[in-house]
Amino acid sequence: MKEIYLDNNATTKVDEAVFEEMRPYFCELYGNPSSMHFFGGQVQRKVDEGRSRVAALLGASPDEIIFTACGTESDNAAIRSALEVFPERRHVITSRVEHPAVLTQCRNLSQKGYRVSEIGVDGEGRLDMEELKATVDEDTAIVSLMWANNETGVIFPVEEAAAITKAKGALFHTDAVQAVGKVPIDMATSNIDMLSLSGHKLHAPKGIGVLYLRRGTPFRPFLVGGHQEKSRRAGTENAAAIIALGKACELAGQHMKLENTQVKALRDRLQDELMAHIPNARINGGAAERLPNTTSIAYEFVEGEAILLLLSELGVCASSGSACTSGSLEPSHVLRAMGVPFTCAHGSIRFSLSRFTTPEEIETVIRELPPIIARLRQMSPFGREFIKGQG
Amino acid sequence: MWDYTPTVKDHFLNPRNVGDIPDADAIGEVGSLACGDALKLYLKLDNNKEKIVDAKFQTFGCASAIASSSALTEMVKGKTLDEALAISNQDIAEFLGGLPEEKMHCSVMGQEALEAAIAKYRGHEVKPHGHDHDHGPAYPDQEGSIVCKCFGITDVFLKKVIETNRLTTAEQVTHFTKAGGGCGGCIPKINELIAEVMGKQPEEPRKRPEKLSNLKKMQMIQEVLEKDIRPLLWADGGDLELIDIDGPKVQVAFRKACAGCASSGYTSRVVEQKLRDLVAEDIVVEEVAS
Repeated sequence: MKEIYLDNNATTKVDEAVFEEMRPYFCELYGNPSSMHFFGGQVQRKVDEGRSRVAALLGASPDEIIFTACGTESDNAAIRSALEVFPERRHVITSRVEHPAVLTQCRNLSQKGYRVSEIGVDGEGRLDMEELKATVDEDTAIVSLMWANNETGVIFPVEEAAAITKAKGALFHTDAVQAVGKVPIDMATSNIDMLSLSGHKLHAPKGIGVLYLRRGTPFRPFLVGGHQEKSRRAGTENAAAIIALGKACELAGQHMKLENTQVKALRDRLQDELMAHIPNARINGGAAERLPNTTSIAYEFVEGEAILLLLSELGVCASSGSACTSGSLEPSHVLRAMGVPFTCAHGSIRFSLSRFTTPEEIETVIRELPPIIARLRQMSPFGREFIKGQG
Repeated sequence: MWDYTPTVKDHFLNPRNVGDIPDADAIGEVGSLACGDALKLYLKLDNNKEKIVDAKFQTFGCASAIASSSALTEMVKGKTLDEALAISNQDIAEFLGGLPEEKMHCSVMGQEALEAAIAKYRGHEVKPHGHDHDHGPAYPDQEGSIVCKCFGITDVFLKKVIETNRLTTAEQVTHFTKAGGGCGGCIPKINELIAEVMGKQPEEPRKRPEKLSNLKKMQMIQEVLEKDIRPLLWADGGDLELIDIDGPKVQVAFRKACAGCASSGYTSRVVEQKLRDLVAEDIVVEEVAS
C-alpha cells in the first residue's frame, strides 16, 4: 500500500538531494573533522559549509551555530546553561503548551527548588502576553517559549516575548523545531538569544539538531569533553548528518515561498473541505496565526485512535492529540490548556503537510475522512443521539 | 502503534452487532464522553426470559474498546443470564487473542456494561449519575466510595478488578480501570487497596514525629509542600506558594489554575490534612491573597 504521509510535524522524508549530499561521508570520506591530516580536513571543510548553510537560513553567523544530536538536546542545553550562567536567578518561565523537551525539564526543575511559571493560552492556543509581562521579573533566568506549536501549528509572538524578557535581563530561548523552514527567521534583527531546531523536521535525517547561540551570550556547555563546537558541545561531530542538515537548510530557504503558497493552499483546501463536509467539528487554533502546513481538527462524539487506524487502513498517516494513541488516558496537555470542549477533546486529528504533499493525496483524505467520521458516529452512543437530534 | 492481534483488528474493522434493540430486555451503560470511552449494551431475551437471543452495542472509544464491545456481544448470545455473568474481562481479552495491557480497561468496560445491564434487568437499584467531578463516573452503577476522582472509580470496583486480574502494581490498575490515569492523586490509595487485596500490609506509612523544633517543623512543612503537594497541583496546571509560617498557621497562596479555582477551599483542606498527617496535628492552612 502506498502511504499518504501527512504527519510531517512528527518527522519528514529525507530529501533525495540531502541524502546524496551525505552519502559519501559514510564509507568513503569517513575522516574525523578534527584530525590534522588531509583526510579529516576535507570533511572539516564540508562541515564548515554545512554550518554556513544552516546559519544562512537563520540569518545568523556560522559561529552562532552549535550542532547537537536533536531538538531535545538543544532545548535541554539552553535551559541548563541559563541556570548556570545566572546562579542567583531562580525563576524559569515557559508555557503550558510547550513540547515535552522543554516542559518536562522545567517541571523537574521545580522539584529542585526553582520557581517555574507556565504561561497559559486562550481557547485558540494564543499565548497570554499580559500574563507573561506580569510574570517575568528580576529573578527570572530564562524564558523558553516555542515558536510554533507542534500539535496545532499556532505561532507565538516570540520576538515580542523576547523583548519583554530582555527588559528584565533574562535570557530568551525558543524551541523553533516546527517553525524553521516554514516561516522566515532572521536572527540578525532579532532579540532571541537561543533557538533550537531539529534536522528531521525539515527533510534532513534524524539524530541532528542545532542550538543557535547569539554571539556574546554567556553559555555553559551541556556535554563536556573535547573541544568540538568551540568547546560548547563536546563529542565527535556527526559529520554526515551536519552536511545533510546544511543541504536541507539550503533547500528549505529555496522552498520557503512554496511552503507558504502551494503547501498552505493544500492545507487550506483540506481544512475547508473537511469542515464543509463534517458537521460538529472545530479547528484547534483556527482563529490564531498558524504554520502553513498544519491543521488540527476536533470531531465531536468520536475518538481519535479509531479515526487514525481507519485512515491508516487506507494508507493515510496522520496524528492525534487524543489520549488513547499515546497510552495516556487524558487528551493532550495542549488541548487541555486550550480548554477544548470535552465533547470533542478525544477526537482531534492533526494533518501536517510538506512540500512533497500532492493535490491527489489531499483529495483522497477529503473523500475518505467524512465517511470514517460518519461511520464512527453511527457506532457511538453520543454520535447516534446527535444524528437523531439532527434528523 | 499498538500491536493489536488480528482478532482485535477484525472486530474493530468489521464490528459485529452494532446498533440498538428497540424492545431490549436489558440495557447497560458505562463510560462518558469526557472519560474518552463509553459503551451502551442492549440484550434481548427469549420468550422464557432465560437465554440471551440477541445483543447489540454502541461504543464511543478507541479500536480496542470497539473490538471488546463487538466480542462481548458475540460471546453472550445463546447464554443464560447467569452464564453471561460468569464472563470475566479476561475472557473478553482472551476471545480477542489478547489486548495490550494499557488497553485492558476496554475489556473491563465491556464486562461492566454486561453486569450493569443484567443488574438493571433483575431490578437492582441503580444509582443515578453523579456530576460532582470533571468526568462523570465511568461506572455509575458501582457501589463503594470514590477513589479516583478524575474517572469516578470506587474502591469496591477497584478491589474486584485487582482481585480477578491479580494486579500487583498501581500502573497495572490504571491500565485495567483508568483509575490513577488522570491527576495521579489516588495512586497511594490504589497501592493500599492492592496491599489489602493481596493480604499484605501497605508499606510502612510515613509517620508524624513525636516532637519537633520550630526549625525542623518549618523544614518539614516545606518538604511536604514540595514533594507531596505541588506535584499534584502541577498535574492540573495549578500551583501553590508558601507565604509564611506562624506557629501552627501555614499561609499559602494558590497560583495558576488553582488561583481563583472554585475548589481551592477543598484543596486547602487537602493540604492541611497532609501536613497534619505528616508534620503536626495542630496545623491550620490559610489561603492568603498575595
